[in-house]
Amino acid sequence: MTDWGCGEMSEITAITMPKWGLTMTEGKVLGWLKAEGESYRAGDELLEIETTKITNVFEAREPGTLRRIVAAAGAMLPIGALLAVAAPASVPDAEVATFVAAFVAPEPVAEDAAEDAGVVPHEVEAGDYRLRCLELGSGEGPPLVFIHGFGADLNTWMFNQPALAERHRTLAFDLPGHGGSTKALSGPVDGSSFAADLDRALAALGIERVHLVGHSMGGGIALHFALWQPERVASLTLIASACLGEEINGAFIDGFVKMERRREAQDVLRLLVHDPALVGRQMVEDVLRYKRLDGVPAALSAIAAAWFPNGWQREGLDPVAAEPQVPTQIIWGREDRIIPLAHAEALVGKRPVHIIDGAGHLPHMEKSGEVNRLIGRFIAASP
Amino acid sequence: MPQKSIRQALNEALAQEMRRDPRIIVIGEDVAGGAGSEGQRDAYGGVLGVTKGLFGEFGEARVIDTPITESAIMGAAAGAAVTGLRPVAELMFSDFFGVCFDQIFNQAAKFRYMFGGKATTPLVIRTMIGAGRSAAAQHSQSPYGIFTAVPGLKCVVPSNAYDAKGLLIQAIRDDDPVIFCEHKLMYDLRAEVPDEPYTIPFGEANIVRDGDDVTVVALARMVHYAGEAAEALAKDGVEVELIDPRTTSPLDEDTILESVERTGRLVIVDEATPRCGIATDIAALVADRAFGALKAPIRRVTAPHTPVPFTPTLEKLYIPSPDKIAAAVREVYAYSK
Repeated sequence: MTDWGCGEMSEITAITMPKWGLTMTEGKVLGWLKAEGESYRAGDELLEIETTKITNVFEAREPGTLRRIVAAAGAMLPIGALLAVAAPASVPDAEVATFVAAFVAPEPVAEDAAEDAGVVPHEVEAGDYRLRCLELGSGEGPPLVFIHGFGADLNTWMFNQPALAERHRTLAFDLPGHGGSTKALSGPVDGSSFAADLDRALAALGIERVHLVGHSMGGGIALHFALWQPERVASLTLIASACLGEEINGAFIDGFVKMERRREAQDVLRLLVHDPALVGRQMVEDVLRYKRLDGVPAALSAIAAAWFPNGWQREGLDPVAAEPQVPTQIIWGREDRIIPLAHAEALVGKRPVHIIDGAGHLPHMEKSGEVNRLIGRFIAASP
Repeated sequence: MPQKSIRQALNEALAQEMRRDPRIIVIGEDVAGGAGSEGQRDAYGGVLGVTKGLFGEFGEARVIDTPITESAIMGAAAGAAVTGLRPVAELMFSDFFGVCFDQIFNQAAKFRYMFGGKATTPLVIRTMIGAGRSAAAQHSQSPYGIFTAVPGLKCVVPSNAYDAKGLLIQAIRDDDPVIFCEHKLMYDLRAEVPDEPYTIPFGEANIVRDGDDVTVVALARMVHYAGEAAEALAKDGVEVELIDPRTTSPLDEDTILESVERTGRLVIVDEATPRCGIATDIAALVADRAFGALKAPIRRVTAPHTPVPFTPTLEKLYIPSPDKIAAAVREVYAYSK
């Protein structure tokens, strides 16, 4: 069980190939960042993993000591495969060896069973829209609802949703015009309209109370919802959120709406991150394949005009003055080039604000371990 | 996402576009199939089934079976295009282009230019290319090199179902004449293809595989053979960067040049005949614009300068194979002055 870094380990732990995103079936170990025998804290980087879509660092969920590295650099392994074993130094080597020998990776879920197993998204009716929704995990308390930002989709939560799903029921939606949801927009697309769409989706699922986690424009939508129906929101986590100030990188929004080819797309998407290596060829290709679908350019233009006309944010909301009863935390990457850090700094002292070093506009992807811990602890403190 | 064959992807592209725009018509030999015979119509939906079902949905005014007369098909289609329709004409085998080439390269390709921009010719010609079925010399050629050489024509050569649907929709929406080349052995090849319509811009190559050692540019079925060669080469530590241009005209020159700037080594794979073809065209481009980066001569892996053999053993030797491709890659990789 993930402990959010608060406790001591007392057993042998398997470190296995994670599943990042919907389509990942295998990953390649690029290199280990800790050696056998080394101890580490929660959040320390253990190894680098490459998939067809993305390369990222695998962070330790809890503190431990690396006892055996099973997968060498260069190994290509399916999700769930054993990569290494961690155990306190007091555990004898023979026990570690037995654990390794006895380890059986879980069988990959067959494609036709995948939908039942909940590892494949399903559709939810929300008024005129059919929204794609990925549900993972179960647990006590209100479910976590993840809301992505402009031009993104539920895959933006690929490093967060699985981790938080270990203890909670989680749902990630694709907004109208995005991902696998209805592309053709009907009606207004401002914050309160999207909040109303969220309301309809939750109604269709019979969900009353939620923990909301919103990124960028999704943060603006989550904030709208929390101000509208505060009694339903157990907690609110705003990540690099819109609606907290006037400024936005208008060139990014324009560039994103206009981009059609790989070279220009790469330049635009690199503005999102601190480490440009995170924007690989496959990620660029995925975004372009989405943008080339009929209806998407029109949808994005309409949303950009509603939210970010002429390079400024249309709406500013105050998470402090309006509703003190909804516990709210703000998370921001220090190197954010899309929405200025100043919007977070203005809330220091009024609400918990966490500024993540070495991250740009996507701190939940670039420093997922840290962000997961912040969300996990916040939710635990606000049941 | 659903898996669809190239045949299904093309059929879907045609059907979705015809629903969207009533000016789009399909015309060719047996595109409905069976017209004029008793009982069955839409018996075939094209010689390999690509246009199946269109007659049933759109009727005989928009899905037109013709006699065996390519010059009339292309002439009618070119004329229809300049007078307001958006025809998708089928040239059943690209080998037959000789019968109608005036309509294509002197008429359709030049209307816009010669009428001072007052005419647009939104014509798509779908045609089959490729060897490997013992269809013999007159039914197995890949003359996209000749089409590419004609100013005023665009030329598309997809290698997979995802690209095929997006490129055909792009071709139909394009206001210029486009020749859309379908490899006759690839119609059953499946890939993930979205249900919604989408486009892929022309002149945008697909990087199928990243690599730092040797750049390989390949077309149509050769993309898959080059992919096989790349897997084998990777086991020996040679990493191929595999580029599929998707369209030969316009050609994505930048992607090819950028790749060679990095790798310094180029192999081009083309199952067409070697003189004056796409492989030669790309080799000249790279020698001209990336000469300083080259560490080895440019190798072209093509068919020999002969007609396509009928007998299967000879036809197999004729078509570039993964082994031949890998050998060429090893050669340029090992080259030093």
